[in-house]
Amino acid sequence: MRRFSLSSLLSESLKGHRGWGRQWRDPQPKPAYDVVIVGGGGHGLATAYYLATVHGITNVAVIEKGWIGGGNTGRNTTIIRSNYLYDESAALYEHALKLWEGLSQELNYNVMFSQRGVLMLAHNLHDVQSFKRHVYANRLNGIDNEWLTKEECKEFCPPIDISGSLRYPVLGGALQRRAGTARHDAVAWGYARGADARGVDIIQNCEVKGIRRDASGAAIGVETTRGYIGAKRIGVVAAGHTSTVMAMADVQMPLESYPLQALVSEPVKPVFPCVVMSNAVHAYISQSDKGELVIGAGTDQYTSYSQQGGLHITTHTLDAICEVFPQFTRMRMLRSWGGIVDVTPDRSPIIGKTPVENLFVNCGWGTGGFKATPGSGHVFAHTLATGSPHAINAPFTLDRFRTGRLIDEAAAAAVAH
Amino acid sequence: MLLIACPYCGNRPETEFRCGGQAHIARPSDPGSLSDEQWAEHLFVRSNPRGVHAERWNHVHGCGRWFNARRDTVSDRFLETYKMGETPQSQKSTSTDSTSTQAEARA
Ligand SMILES: Cc1cc2nc3c(=O)[nH]c(=O)nc-3n(C[C@H](O)[C@H](O)[C@H](O)COP(=O)(O)OP(=O)(O)OC[C@H]3O[C@@H](n4cnc5c(N)ncnc54)[C@H](O)[C@@H]3O)c2cc1C
Ligand SMILES: [Zn+2]
Repeated sequence: MRRFSLSSLLSESLKGHRGWGRQWRDPQPKPAYDVVIVGGGGHGLATAYYLATVHGITNVAVIEKGWIGGGNTGRNTTIIRSNYLYDESAALYEHALKLWEGLSQELNYNVMFSQRGVLMLAHNLHDVQSFKRHVYANRLNGIDNEWLTKEECKEFCPPIDISGSLRYPVLGGALQRRAGTARHDAVAWGYARGADARGVDIIQNCEVKGIRRDASGAAIGVETTRGYIGAKRIGVVAAGHTSTVMAMADVQMPLESYPLQALVSEPVKPVFPCVVMSNAVHAYISQSDKGELVIGAGTDQYTSYSQQGGLHITTHTLDAICEVFPQFTRMRMLRSWGGIVDVTPDRSPIIGKTPVENLFVNCGWGTGGFKATPGSGHVFAHTLATGSPHAINAPFTLDRFRTGRLIDEAAAAAVAH
Repeated sequence: MLLIACPYCGNRPETEFRCGGQAHIARPSDPGSLSDEQWAEHLFVRSNPRGVHAERWNHVHGCGRWFNARRDTVSDRFLETYKMGETPQSQKSTSTDSTSTQAEARA
């Protein structure tokens, strides 16, 4: 891997930037690997990266049916925060946030992590009480989160209308200052480049069609559109397609896949300094470095693999945006798209073993897993390398749906992201 | 937005309906005899197919009645809707093959 540095930048600029070359190889699949990861999204690539860097396991393949980062990683609104209510979730997302804070340096790749703050607006008494409860719970876990009055909200984010004339007036907000956004594609590319440089094979345009098992039932490899690939261990990190991949090994999952949409406006000069989320009216918004307003909508009500959602869902979100930020009513929307998100009954992810020997799964991130990418990869690599979970992902088992030990962020937050 | 044929009222826009998730999950007749595994399966495990899916819908802003539907989750097309207790016309539940991925709009 050619490192990016001031001197490499200077010398390349003298040569017209023609010498950078490929950032990762395009290898033929080998007959077998120590670990095969199914799914080349951010989580799968981060897993491969930490297998190589933390555990020294480099005989690894990441198998991606399309192109890396073409799934939800490249489709999300990139909100990063760690102010989750329950101890288990707070530990997991804070682990990720700490890794985000050093990620560009670690990868020698600019993931454009920007700690611009995520502000969640409270519109009614219930919001106020539950957000304050979150603030206190987070503080007990050492996670920054603070309550702002509506005037302080306005000061932090001037576009917010606090006039009180809204149907759902802004009463205040919870702000995590260390939260923010990152460049989604760069996260996939940075991890891919780092993993590849340590020997990991990133195999794109290769769909896993089956999981082969031996007489004892243990998983021993994957059937793909580019032939059979043996594996000592298999990690499935396929987001919205996890149910279908796990069904190849006869494992039924507690997952449902829903379309989730986002859209961007025409690019404008900097008008929006942070990320604002509003659970009550369901809207969240930030501004990309290109100048587009990035707006996230909700999920459709039915399961689907269509990668497109209903227009009334995005319309509803834009209604909410225009209500809270009247100045955006004349902005034009440029593009909208959908991703397929895998939702668990308690809205918390599943990271760990499955009933099938040598088969592991990392899924159920639903509408809010981008923020967890580094932490998820880190603890899943530990799980794959050692055969048992890291302390941080130990509570996030598949078995919790049998034991009843749920991590009910659905009830705690009742919101996406 | 989908156009959904309520078996009682005919075609109506999706916003009049509430999707009730996977259909034909029978409540255990003898709950006390179920193991934890069986409870987990009943409460949490869902078929989530890429292809034909049987699901419940409620015409909540219409007649208010529940009914069942079979829908292709790749194209989102409804194959049929039928009243509670009725058997669907098309019983063959072969999932859609990979050619239907053309329905995937990449963005
Ligand atoms: C519109 C939208 C907005 C979102 N906003 C946010 C947000 O603001 N903040 C946040 O934290 N999260 C957000 N999310 C959620 C976040 O995007 C996901 O949780 C996260 O990106 C999941 O990463 P992943 O690597 O697990 O999945 P993906 O990036 O989807 O990767 C899975 C990969 O597996 C591949 N695959 C599937 N089946 C197979 C197969 N059979 N063989 C080979 N490969 C296969 C897919 O092609 C895909 O590339 C949002 C999601 C969407 C759709
Ligand atoms: Zn009706």
